[in-house]
Amino acid sequence: MSDFRIVAEAIDCAAFRDSLVDRGCGGYVQFEGWVRDHNESREVLRLEYEVYEPLAIREGERIIREAIERFGVQRARALHRSGLLDLTDVAVVVGVASPHRGEAFAACRYIIDEIKHRLPIWKKEHYADGDAHWVRCDHCAAPGHEHSL
Amino acid sequence: MKLRVSYFAAFREAAGVSSERVESGAATATALFAECAERHPGLQRYTASLVAINEEMTGWDAALADGDEVLFFPPVAGG
Repeated sequence: MSDFRIVAEAIDCAAFRDSLVDRGCGGYVQFEGWVRDHNESREVLRLEYEVYEPLAIREGERIIREAIERFGVQRARALHRSGLLDLTDVAVVVGVASPHRGEAFAACRYIIDEIKHRLPIWKKEHYADGDAHWVRCDHCAAPGHEHSL
Repeated sequence: MKLRVSYFAAFREAAGVSSERVESGAATATALFAECAERHPGLQRYTASLVAINEEMTGWDAALADGDEVLFFPPVAGG
């Protein structure tokens, strides 16, 4: 089973956790990203994720490997959703198991931060007023707007 | 040279196509994006974020060669 996957169906967080249980590990950290009902003071009804899978999977696997090497944790995995999501749905889950908790927290934080910045994944928010916007992209219309990516 | 250009998310909606074959003399990815924005004025309001050539992330000053597949990515927002 690959340690980074893009999935089109609802994420089962309990099953995900169970896949990482390791008797050599005393600490396990799991991060779940949820779909929330607002962003920048607008009421959000649902989200849509577009993923360019060939590159997202390759880069996601690279991030997992980096985290394992950098923090010396035992196991790490992540799943990211594609498609349409409703409020409170899990958009992303990251799990890290380690002999001790410190490295597990650090590696989990590293993985979710890198996922947000490096993977070719785009999020469209659908609002209560019927409008919809690609998140971040629309800021590009602002004069002088630049990205640090 | 002949290239294939693909657009994603906001870029696809702004260009009105997801992929197209183009004939171009652009030396770099930056120059190619400028050419594409002339053809698809909807792209002109955007600053491109990431670019990949032949399925590898690369820099905007990367040189182009005949037959390359160029992917233009708007700013990403995973998680």
